[in-house]
Amino acid sequence: MTGVEHDAIVSDRSSRSNSVFDRAIQTSGDATSGHRALTRRAAVAAGLAMPFVAQGQGKARVAIVGGGFGGASAARALRQYAPSVDVVLIEANETFTACPFSNLAIVGVRPIEAQQFGYRALAADGIRVIHATATDIDATGKRVALSNGASVPYDRLILSPGIDIDWHALPGYDEAASTRMPHAWKAGAQTVLLRDRLAAMPDGGTVVMSVPPNPYRCPPGPYERASLIAWYLRGAKPRSKLLVLDSKDSFSKQKLFQAGWARLYPGILEWVSQSNGGTVTGVDPAASVFKTDFGDHKADVANVIPPQRAGKIAAIAGVADKTGWCPIDPVSFESRLVPGIHVIGDAAIAGAMPKSAFAANAQAKACAAAVARLLDGGTPDEPILINTCYSLLAQGYGISVAGVYRPVGGVLAEVPGSGGTSPLEEADDFRYREAQNADAWFKTIAHEAFG
Amino acid sequence: MVRVLLNVPKQVRKGEPFDVKLLISHPMESGQRRDAMGLAIPRDIVRRLVCTFDTEEVFGMDLFPAIAANPFLVFSAQIERSGTLSIMFTDDHGVVQTETAAVEAV
Repeated sequence: MTGVEHDAIVSDRSSRSNSVFDRAIQTSGDATSGHRALTRRAAVAAGLAMPFVAQGQGKARVAIVGGGFGGASAARALRQYAPSVDVVLIEANETFTACPFSNLAIVGVRPIEAQQFGYRALAADGIRVIHATATDIDATGKRVALSNGASVPYDRLILSPGIDIDWHALPGYDEAASTRMPHAWKAGAQTVLLRDRLAAMPDGGTVVMSVPPNPYRCPPGPYERASLIAWYLRGAKPRSKLLVLDSKDSFSKQKLFQAGWARLYPGILEWVSQSNGGTVTGVDPAASVFKTDFGDHKADVANVIPPQRAGKIAAIAGVADKTGWCPIDPVSFESRLVPGIHVIGDAAIAGAMPKSAFAANAQAKACAAAVARLLDGGTPDEPILINTCYSLLAQGYGISVAGVYRPVGGVLAEVPGSGGTSPLEEADDFRYREAQNADAWFKTIAHEAFG
Repeated sequence: MVRVLLNVPKQVRKGEPFDVKLLISHPMESGQRRDAMGLAIPRDIVRRLVCTFDTEEVFGMDLFPAIAANPFLVFSAQIERSGTLSIMFTDDHGVVQTETAAVEAV
């Protein structure tokens, strides 16, 4: 969402003066100083269940849990849309390590530091950043309990907890196993571990990667990673192979990936689909073996992309359903299960929108606008959301998929004819330009979220 | 010919149940769909699957249009002597395909 749309939201509020609350405010002749008290009184008088803004205090309070692309973007957008609101961002780590582009770090051509961001710009914006883990949420008392013993009160809560690895979903794959068979699906130490394993592998080795069923973070991510690992092997260890064991038959940008693989990595990258027996049913970390219903595959370097679910705090808050993900209202991103809590980013069930940094950022801005409106006693506008996912097939070889989404029948649906993928038949300079666009995209979104 | 993956243990204990796993790469076209021109896409499904141990039928299955593409089938068997498991199936084109696996009972 741009500043233009933000202006539209603000000015729209003044034109929407036919609600009970706005009438009460207008007839009182006091539109500013007594605004919140009047809003509350009017709501009580009307017998409506309105959010009581800033009970007993001067300012409305929004707490945000999770300082990734979703949470950081939401915090900054909210400061912009509703400067009078107190914004608290709760994030365990002092440094955020971004997933987009981390596949380049895995193959050693991008320093991990280029993926890392701090929260100084958010603090400078007037956002209170607390480095602690949210351990519990009292949705009735509207408080977030923290690992440091403190608790943060809120009028509205935005959860942007990202993903957690589901350590019980793939037999043999627990937290200890991830030190032998890294997932590298949360950027940071795992990314470095997989990078070092690849670097240490002798030429002639076999890299095996497993891909889980949908849904998971970053739908084209496994295939970008496979491409870049194949690219690395081709250059540095040309007698080596990469085997990709997939629980699916189809995937994002499949034609573009497969055409690229056939051209760039014949004899290096082998993709085994579900219907060819690719589904991994378990792993043996001690032996570095992937098990399928039709045979075992031993890896010199293993990369298990495991099944995932919403970050743990979502389940604690009661906003995750039995799928492990969080059903939301597509207009306000408010949880369908617990009122007053909004969920954005990878943790949310966002209909046709993929779990991507771009989607989290777009949802963050729409959610921030909705929260600002709700705190003011208004009704959020229907958002229009955009996502683009770039993938690299080699260094300097990029492809993309884009989509536009809006709420239809209670879910976020893709606007027909709005998006699409890069053309299948294109010259290398076109792919090169898309790789440059990908780079520019990352700089832009990281700047918007982290300054 | 379609691609078939068959997983049967090479060696089993006499009388002890074991899994027979089968993955058939077949479109299982239901006959209910229409193509871009609005014409019905003809039905093409695996209709019948039979498993024999040497000459004796030990497992049979009728398949229907609601079964998804690339059916993955698992059933249990137990044997008292060594022999050959054969899987035969027929689809709407009448094609009969047979896959076999030798199993040693110890």
